[in-house]
Formats: sequence, structure tokens, C-alpha cells
Amino acid sequence: MTVYLLCFTLFLIGLYGIITKRDLVRIIISSGIMGYAVNLMIVLFGYKNGSIYPIFVKNMPISPQAMVDPLPQALVLTSIVIELGTTAMLVALAVRLFEKYQTFDITKIRRLSG
Amino acid sequence: MPVESWLIFLLSFMIVGSIIALEMKDLLSAIISIGVVGLGVSMAFLLLQAPDLAIVQFLFEIFSIVIMVRAFIKKDYHKEEPSKVNKILAGVTVITLIAVFFLSVPLFKLLPPFGEPLMTTARYYLENGARETGSANIVSAVILDYRAYDTLGETTVLFTAILGTLTIIRIKKRAKPTEEEKP
Amino acid sequence: MKQQAGMTLIVKTVTRISVWLIMLYGIYIILHGHLSPGGGFAGGVIIALAFLNVMLAFGRDFIKNWLNIEMLHDIDSSSAMMFLAVGILGMAFGGSFLANFISHGTLFNLVSSGTIQVLNIVIGLKVGMGLFIVVWALALFHLDRKEMK
Repeated sequence: MTVYLLCFTLFLIGLYGIITKRDLVRIIISSGIMGYAVNLMIVLFGYKNGSIYPIFVKNMPISPQAMVDPLPQALVLTSIVIELGTTAMLVALAVRLFEKYQTFDITKIRRLSG
Repeated sequence: MPVESWLIFLLSFMIVGSIIALEMKDLLSAIISIGVVGLGVSMAFLLLQAPDLAIVQFLFEIFSIVIMVRAFIKKDYHKEEPSKVNKILAGVTVITLIAVFFLSVPLFKLLPPFGEPLMTTARYYLENGARETGSANIVSAVILDYRAYDTLGETTVLFTAILGTLTIIRIKKRAKPTEEEKP
Repeated sequence: MKQQAGMTLIVKTVTRISVWLIMLYGIYIILHGHLSPGGGFAGGVIIALAFLNVMLAFGRDFIKNWLNIEMLHDIDSSSAMMFLAVGILGMAFGGSFLANFISHGTLFNLVSSGTIQVLNIVIGLKVGMGLFIVVWALALFHLDRKEMK
């Protein structure tokens, strides 16, 4: 249970970063931290003590009872790929905003108007 | 050492790394710290017997770092001003998050203990997956045969995100926006 | 001017030899997706990183002559269509959308498990080309802005 609580702490640190920080780049970094924490938590739910990865090898008989849960791994695979797409789009938005307003500070961006 | 102790060590290392990434003044150091946190996640995946995920997490995280460094580290970008942090907001947020953390401890006690998953659906996939799909990698069988529709959705989302990125970056500068309106 | 010409001679020489090995490794991981960890996503990113290696070592102008960017756009978009085509063929021959209608072969062979290998190749191409196009557009964006100033 300590592992779950530490992972939740990582998520809360990312949340703190998104709420408090004023620099756009820090906000992007914090959303990345939240993504890592969520993915790690889902895979933590699927671990089995003393088990092995869910791949059958040719000359090594492995019993299906001694394998970890493959479902959380499949879901997290999807999640990691989509995180990259989101990050790329956020970076593109940040670059365009800098080009227009010459600053990364979100309070200044809110005050100026096109 | 059992896996749980290694994971506790890795997670504390990641927490320290992410706090450093948020509080550093220099932008390049912050981006490299987040890269180190991603590497820690990849090692945790290796310890949790998920080699597929470790490879994918490592590579995609390197790609994120490359994109961020490419976009944000230039000579003519300003340094972050040591600006006035809104202390009231920071204080209220810290107190609220600590309260949320302590309120969630009894919730985590209700989960099955670490290392004993329930595995109701996964038992079927593990026992019949190799025979029904012909693939030795059960994770590939799950994402490309039993749940191929989800992979189609994920491919579409990635496609749309890449198209969106290209559209945002490629808008040519217009002199006067009102002249370009089509009737 | 040195920034646009790429990196030093040592980096260029090593890249000339090693980029083909990186691409070969990416193709290996895509093709063996159903036998060992990896699959389409990991292999696709490795191919994108191989192209990125060439772009960093030789400069942005070299990539314009070496790679046809329009062809990468076309491969990216048509891979999305091929995924749907495999699904519709599955509906025609197998009974449900994205059914596994090609014969499974024997376990642990390289060519086995039907549509899983075909879908791995499709996903690998798509992810690889798409991610490289994003980085190329970002690099060209800075080049355009510098020229405009």
C-alpha cells in the first residue's frame, strides 16, 4: 500500500504544478508528471508476486498461472502513445503563443488582447 | 531485495526528481529532470515485468524531450523572471492537496494488497490467447486481436493530434485578418 | 551558418554507417511484434529516431533533398486507410470488424498469427512517419521565422 500512496503523491505533485505555476513550460512539464503517475498506478494494480512477463517462449514451458496481468499493460500502451500526441500539441500551442506575445507568462497573456 | 522495496526506492527518487523539475529556475535543467523521471518510470515498468511498456515508455519519453528541447531552448528566449509567486494560492493549494492525501488513505486500504490482483478477465486471455490468436506475446494479442477496436481509436487520436500540431505550426502570417474572410 | 550545416565530421561519418543499422533494428522490432516485446509502436518510433538522427547530423537542408516529405505524408495517411481496409476485409471474410481472418500458422513462426503482423506493420509505418513529420515541421518553423526577420 505504500507504493500506491507514493504514486498518488507523484500525481498530487503534478497537480500542484498545474495549479500554481505561471510559466507555460512548467505547466506542460506538470501535465507530463501527471501522465507518468497515472500510467504507473495502473500497471501497479496488475502486478503479481513472483510472476513473469506474459510472453510465451519457445522451449521454456511457462504456466499461464505464473504470469502478470496483461490487461493493464495493454491499456497503458494506448495511454503512453496518446500522451505524446497531447504533449506535441501543447508544445506547438506554446511556441505560437510565444511568437505572438513574446512571453511564456500566462498572467500577461491573459491581459493582452489580439 | 523484493520488488516492493525497489519500487519504493524508485518512487521516492522520482518524487524528488519531479520536485526539482518544478522548482528549478533554468529551463534546460527542468526538461532534463523530467527526462530522468520518465527513465525512472521505465525502470519501474521493467521491475513490474512489463518489457513491452518499458521499451515504449523509454522511446516516447525521449521523443517528448527532443520536441521540448527543440522548441523551447533558443538563444533569444527570455529567462523566467523570478516573479512574485502568488503565495496565497500556493498555500491554499498545498493545504488542500495534503488534506486530499490524508482523506484518501482509508480508500487505499480497501484495494487488494499489492501483488495479489483479481484477474478475472485476464485468466481467460492468458489461458486461451496463444491458441486462439497464434501469437506468443499476449499483450500484442490483446491489443491487436481481442481489443483491436481500441487500437483503431488510438491510431485515430494520434493521427488527429499530429494533424493538429502541423496545422498550428504552419499558419502563415496574415497582414490583416479581416481581409482574408471568405464571403 | 555552422548551425545549419550540421555537426562535425566524426558525427557525420558515424551516422552514415549507423543510421541503416538503426532502421534495420526498427524493422526487426516491428516484424517480431508477436514473438517478443515491442510491436508496432516501439518499432515506429525507432524508425522516426533514425530519420531524426540524419536530420540532426546533416542539417535541415540536407533532409529536403534526401527525403521526399510529401511521400511521408502520403504513407502516413494511407496507413490509416489500410487499418480500416483490414477491418472491412475482416468483416467480409471473418464475420466481424477487424476479425483475424488470415490463417494463424504454427506458433513461434515468424509469419504467423494472421492480421496481428499486418496491423503491426501498418501501425509502425504510421507512427514512424507521423512523429518525424512533427519534428521536421517544428524545425522548419524556426527556420521560416528566422528568415522572415
